[in-house]
Amino acid sequence: MRNERSTEDIAMGIRRRVFEHSMRNNGGYLSQACSAAEQLAFLYNEGLNLGEPVLPAVPKPFAGVPSADNPDYVTGAGYNGPFEPQYDRLFIAPAHYALVAYATLIETGRMDAEGLEMFNKDGSSVEMIGAEHSPGMEVHNGTLGIGLSTGAGLAWGRKRRGEKGQTCVFMSDGEVQEGQTWEAVQAAAHHGIDNLWALMDVNDQQCDGAMDSVMEVRDIAAKFRAFGAVCVEIDAHDLDAMRQAKAEPHEGQPLIILARSSPTQGMSFLQKRFPRLHYVRFKSEEERAEMNISIAAELGIDPIELETH
Amino acid sequence: MVEMVSRPYASAFEAFAVKNPDVLCLSADLTSSCEIDGFRDRHPDQFLSLGMAEQNMMSFAGGLGLAGYRPFLHSFGVFLYRRPYDQLMASVAYPRRKVRLMGFLPGITTPGGMTHQAIEDIAVMRSIPNMSILETGDATEVESICEAADSIDGPVYCRVLRGSVPRLFDTPIKVGEMRELAGGDDVLVVTTGIATEEALRARDALSNAGVSIRHLHIHTIKPFNEQALLDHIGSVNKGVVVLENHVIAGGVGSLVAEIMADNGVGKPLVRLGLKDTYAHGGSRGYLMKHYGLDAGALVRGIERVMGIETGIDEEALATARVDAVHSAVKAEAL
Repeated sequence: MRNERSTEDIAMGIRRRVFEHSMRNNGGYLSQACSAAEQLAFLYNEGLNLGEPVLPAVPKPFAGVPSADNPDYVTGAGYNGPFEPQYDRLFIAPAHYALVAYATLIETGRMDAEGLEMFNKDGSSVEMIGAEHSPGMEVHNGTLGIGLSTGAGLAWGRKRRGEKGQTCVFMSDGEVQEGQTWEAVQAAAHHGIDNLWALMDVNDQQCDGAMDSVMEVRDIAAKFRAFGAVCVEIDAHDLDAMRQAKAEPHEGQPLIILARSSPTQGMSFLQKRFPRLHYVRFKSEEERAEMNISIAAELGIDPIELETH
Repeated sequence: MVEMVSRPYASAFEAFAVKNPDVLCLSADLTSSCEIDGFRDRHPDQFLSLGMAEQNMMSFAGGLGLAGYRPFLHSFGVFLYRRPYDQLMASVAYPRRKVRLMGFLPGITTPGGMTHQAIEDIAVMRSIPNMSILETGDATEVESICEAADSIDGPVYCRVLRGSVPRLFDTPIKVGEMRELAGGDDVLVVTTGIATEEALRARDALSNAGVSIRHLHIHTIKPFNEQALLDHIGSVNKGVVVLENHVIAGGVGSLVAEIMADNGVGKPLVRLGLKDTYAHGGSRGYLMKHYGLDAGALVRGIERVMGIETGIDEEALATARVDAVHSAVKAEAL
């Protein structure tokens, strides 16, 4: 189930869907769709080898947390296909990208559009911060910085079992402020874990604002290389560059692709909000209406019909 | 004289791991200190060095669990939950990975002071959903800890003794059970880990003083057989004394208190252990005496429950076992 649509088309679909959802729900993780639409579209449409989904297109309600008393528990990984040796595995490390990830599942035919109507509703598994049981998720990553370590462990184990499939971690650049990220890279390099790769959305943004104002991280490409990874830097909105970066040889080392992105790509109106873009709420009905007209025009769609309050 | 066993974990882990190819040996730079250096040298393909980076080790172990492996993490207990607590929650406990946390140097069994002494680990682990807790009290339990831990469908934290360990029991740990070491009817004494040996030291003196003790040794702290404990409490007429190598908040004393309160058991309870305090660095014998974790403290606790004075003094207690300070079986200074 790949390549029925172009990756460019899917990226546009992701932006439109997240925009429509945020307009209707009085705000959302808009800038993450701007920065990461091409990356998630690339992963699901061509970068990863994933099987057909094994969970229902309309997500089931929340069915309890893992416990000895809950034998039927499943994660949301089934939306990425079955666990088979030849298939790749994907962890979405920044769990607050969940809305964008769900939109990607819909655009790639892995989940019904109805799934997004359950977003952040009580009793739903389609949670605001992606949980293990949320569509497309396999592990909890809401605590930032743990994803790459988990990916490294899984990749090492799969390599030991002789599985062909790779393990990919979609990351966000804020995670480089966490020490664990660097522990993970040094361990992956030390143990030659080369069936592991990461695609990092480098949008220079974090919750408090621009990263440079919160905690400078300096030259992260040089740091990743010094810690033992192969590191490639690309323009996150250039899909040809992304394809080329994915093909970079990295024998005996993990591959980290730094996708330098714009947090307002495709929704220029958001530049007015810079640098507070982590979660966009509307300041007034006037702003909401103005944003609706402006961004809809840029995305090539009609303004979203809003319910009157 | 009690038999002393040298480095029981070293041989027990090796024997267990070689029979179980999906068991992996993980270490965080304390390989010889956790008695797995021989295993590393003889079975390098089953050993993973993850360096002094416990946060990564914990999440990495979660990933290994996803791949169907059962990693045994070796470090001092403190380093398996204090720094990597977030990773323990998200990568191991929540998803019920079959990760076996082998925590060495429980409580005051190290002269390393606050940074090395896991004095609140049981309280932490008891509060984590999906987590199981085992504690070893002698060489036989150390020898059976790997099999016991690996039988658990989910994560487990184990308090493991190292170096020269006395042999008190002749049957392996049976997960979920407890050992009845004496069946008297005045006071129920509940001990765990190294505290059990202290209770045994006081046994003859108490008997001579006419005190009838019912004694339970607990190796499975979570899950816990609540009804068995209640039955034992029902079999004594005075009350309960718990002695543990741990702070009294949240440990086995608290566990017993909760079960008694939940079931309306109106008998006196004395909890002995570290009383809302850190310890400092020193020998085990010194620390146990200084902080009231030894046989003498247990006798005083029993006297409180009985409302009597036994007259038992240090002379009357069996001679305390003293480790040779520079014993060859010690892994290192700490």
